[in-house]
Parts: sequence; C-alpha cells; structure tokens
Amino acid sequence: MTIHRREFLAAIGAGAVASTAGCAGVGGSGDGADGTGGDDSAPGVAGETLTLTTTTSTYDTGLLDAIHTDFEEMYGVTVDAVAQGTGAALESARNGDADVVMVHARGLEDEFMRNGYGINRRDLMFNDFVIVGPESDPAGIQGMASATEALTTIAEAGATFVSRGDNSGTHTKELNLWAAAGTEPGGDWYQETGTGMGEALNIANQQGAYTLSDRGTFISQRSEIDLTVLVQGPIEDGPEILANPYGIMAVNPGVHDNANYDLAMAYIGWITSPGTQSAIADYQMNGEQLFFPEAVSENPDFQQYVPDGWSGNSTDD
Amino acid sequence: MEWKLHRRLSVPLESVASLLPGLLDLPFRDGYVWSIIYVSLYVSLLAVTLSTLVSIPVAVVLGFTEFPGKQFAKSVINTGMGFPSVVVGLLVLFAVSNQGPLGAFDLIFTKQAMIMSQFVLATPPITAISLAAVSGVDDGVRDAARALGGTRLDVALVVLKEARYGIVTAILAGFGRAISEVGSVLIVGGNITGADGISKTRTLTTAIQLEARQGQYETAMILGTVLVALVLTVNAVVIRLGDQGVQR
Repeated sequence: MTIHRREFLAAIGAGAVASTAGCAGVGGSGDGADGTGGDDSAPGVAGETLTLTTTTSTYDTGLLDAIHTDFEEMYGVTVDAVAQGTGAALESARNGDADVVMVHARGLEDEFMRNGYGINRRDLMFNDFVIVGPESDPAGIQGMASATEALTTIAEAGATFVSRGDNSGTHTKELNLWAAAGTEPGGDWYQETGTGMGEALNIANQQGAYTLSDRGTFISQRSEIDLTVLVQGPIEDGPEILANPYGIMAVNPGVHDNANYDLAMAYIGWITSPGTQSAIADYQMNGEQLFFPEAVSENPDFQQYVPDGWSGNSTDD
Repeated sequence: MEWKLHRRLSVPLESVASLLPGLLDLPFRDGYVWSIIYVSLYVSLLAVTLSTLVSIPVAVVLGFTEFPGKQFAKSVINTGMGFPSVVVGLLVLFAVSNQGPLGAFDLIFTKQAMIMSQFVLATPPITAISLAAVSGVDDGVRDAARALGGTRLDVALVVLKEARYGIVTAILAGFGRAISEVGSVLIVGGNITGADGISKTRTLTTAIQLEARQGQYETAMILGTVLVALVLTVNAVVIRLGDQGVQR
C-alpha cells in the first residue's frame, strides 16, 4: 500500500484555490464601492467611512439611498447606513459603534443626550403616524379626531391590534399613546410582533387588524395591502399627538474617542442644509411626499439642541 | 430622481435571469443581486475554510488519542452544533463592539465580524461530523498503514482519505449552516448596502429578511430561489472536487 500524501495535499490545495478564486471573480463589482476618492485633490476625509445607525422607516422607504450619493460624492466618503429601529440604533451609538444617529423618539433621544452620548442634536424632518385598519373597521374608529379615543375604542371593542413590540420609535409612540389614553393594552386582541413596520403592516393586513404606522412606510406599501387610514395624523389635519419628528445627533467624541466626529458633523451640516432639505422634500413614493424637512428655519428654536424641559437655569443638568 | 428610486426600478439582470428563466424583470438595481451573492459566498466560504482548517486536526487528534476529559470535549462540540446563532451573534457583537475586547480593531459592521460569527457556528458541526467519520474508519486500515512504516502523519492522512466522504459531508454541513444563517450576521454585519446599491455586509439571507420586513414577499422569494440555487451549486462543486481529489 502506498501513501499518496502529496496528491492528497495537492487536491486540498486545489480545492481551496478554486473556492477562493470563485469569490475573487465576482468580487470585482463588490469592491468598487470602497475605491472612491483617494487622489491628491480629494478632501482630507476622502476614503473614510461614516457609520449611521437609523430607523427602518428612513431606510426602507429608500430615502437614504436616494440622498446619500450626493454626500458621498461631495466628500469622497462612504456612508454605512445600518437600519435598526430607534432603540437599537441608539444602543449601537451608546456602545460607540456609530458616528451619527438619525431616529424618531424624542424621549429616547433626550435620555441619550442627558447621558452624554449624543451632542449637536438638530431637528431634521417630520411626517406623521396614522392609525390604519381594515376597511370594514369593526371597532368603528373611522374619522375620529382623537387618536387616544380611537385606541380606547379599539381596546373596548377587543378588536385585534398589532403592536411593533420592538422598542422602535413607532413602538415608543404607540406606548405613549396608550398611556395618554389611560388604557393598559393587553389580552388576546393585542399582539406584539417584534417585527419591522412592513411586516407589522402585513400581519395586520392578514388578520384584519388595526395598527399604528408611520405614514412613509404605509404609503410605500399601500399598493400591496388592503388596510386603509382610519385616523389621520397632523399632515392631513389629524391630532398633533400623531406627529413623527426625526432628529439627528453626533456621537460625543468625549465619550467615544473613536467616533468620526468631523465627518459626523459634516454629515449633519449637509443633511440640514437647504439643498439636502429640499431633496428630502422632493423625495416621493407612489406620487406622495414622505418626509417634510424642518431643519431650515428663520426661527432659532433652541429646543432642538437640548432635552425636552431643559432650562439654562436648572442646576441638575 | 427616478433613477435612484430604491428597488422600484425594473432592471433586467441578465446574470440572474439566466439562473431564473422567465423572471426577466427583477425589481433590483444593477449589480445589487450580484454583490449580495458575492458577500454571501465570500463570508461563508472563508468562514468554512477557516473552520475546516481548525476542525480536521481537532477531529484527528480526538479520534486518535485517548485522554481524560475526551468525552467532555466531545459533548462540548456536540452542544456547539445546537448553539443558537443569535446568541453567537450577540457574543461576537460584544467582542467586536467598541466597548468589547476586540473593539480597537474596528470590526463591527464588517465582513470580518460576520466571518467570525460564522466560524463559531460552522466549526462544531464540521468537527463533530469529521470526528464521527474518522472514528468510523476501520482499525485495520490504521494498523496496516502503521505496519507499512508510515509516520503518524502518514497514518493520519490514510485515515482522512478513508474518511473522505464523511469529511466532505462535514464541510458541506458547515457551509450549509454558514450560508443559511441570518440572526448573527444581521447583528454583527448590520445588513449594509451602499447608496449605489452595492452590498457591503448584506447577504442573501439578510436581504431576504429585509424584503420580508417590507412585506415584499415575492422579491424575497426570488432571492430565496437564488440562495437555494447557490447552495446546490456549491454542494455539487465540493462533492465533485472531493471525488476528483481521490480518483487521481
């Protein structure tokens, strides 16, 4: 019996080479994204990467992809947008894994700022939440002027309500609404899904259930589901409590010295500039505007920079 | 800005269309599908290669030697096969996060972090199945190799050769676990695609998850078909390579 050690090793080697060669071939297209910038005339930040953690609603509506090319070309950088939901996006930033955060839950943003993680907050844009449900509207909330009254009615009727249940901005808003309504949701009719907005809308659609959705995601998905808007948000003259403001903050380099603060501030400057703000206003899906810019204003609006209720006279902050 | 509209643009992708006859109008941008296939293969193949390099020596040592605690080592490996991928993802996240022990290397939301978590996931099945294959080789083969004057390495190679089908199965099982994995690569990779539609850390599985999140079940299904086709292709190639390596 002879020992074919050499042949055996050669076979393993050939296998390994073949497997890696496969990726290298396809890799040409994949690596192109990183190769931008880098020539002598490029700005000093060229080639750097900005990590933005954000919510599913800004990402899934396609807004970020639509506007980011402009920023990437202007600075010769790459923006890594990680769509996580507000709670997770802030947590990533808290761990120092992001440079800038774009979220929509003012209470959580304020806590993030008070703890020192976020600085230079700006109001960015807004849209609104809507309460959607089946056209048959079993609880009879159609056209109610009060969101809390609508929720109470749903609870009293025991009509199925789908909750995001994922600590996202929408989930936070929903919990605030229940608290404002003075109703403790629970029971068979209340279903926490732990999924993104699109999935929650689909689950509600399949079950003929009610849910709270941001208008952007609802518009982008409306053609595929049978749900309809039953209680409008402030954009369509609904109650102010359904407003959905987005804020943007840089991660504090005093807490996380690896945060790319320069680039984060460049990004905040760019996205709050008149040009980008009008690009946000121009972004449409199915012929409808999804986000309403609010960063450019004649009024100073100091409140956007500080946690809610903060006052220069208070001593505890 | 019509040309930038996210996945609303119908771009005929000849490449994928050839895989899926009849589906000429895919709702993805140019290069998107290829780039996520590339990331999927890159991450899974590298992770499985690394796992194999670690697993086979471990399987050979465990299969050939007796030592106290060997049963315990085996149980650890077998437990590892059932380790939930989300937990692995969380552990790797803690390791590579800026606050973690590997934070200085800036690995969060990169392919490298994804390879780490897939390595952790793929190594136990590859080791366990290889070990079973190596242990199943008839003692006579080992004795014959030794009697013919083979060194320990020679004997090991003879046994590996006898156990080749089991080991190929092991590698394929590891690859299957790696490429079909969603939870951990989503957590440590971040499912990132650039504004130009080229994937950085988005794999086929996380792309499917993203489509499902948006309720786009049809496009999710198309990507699922691509994933199944890919796994079939890789399995066919690996089995063929395994056969050829022996027949020559």
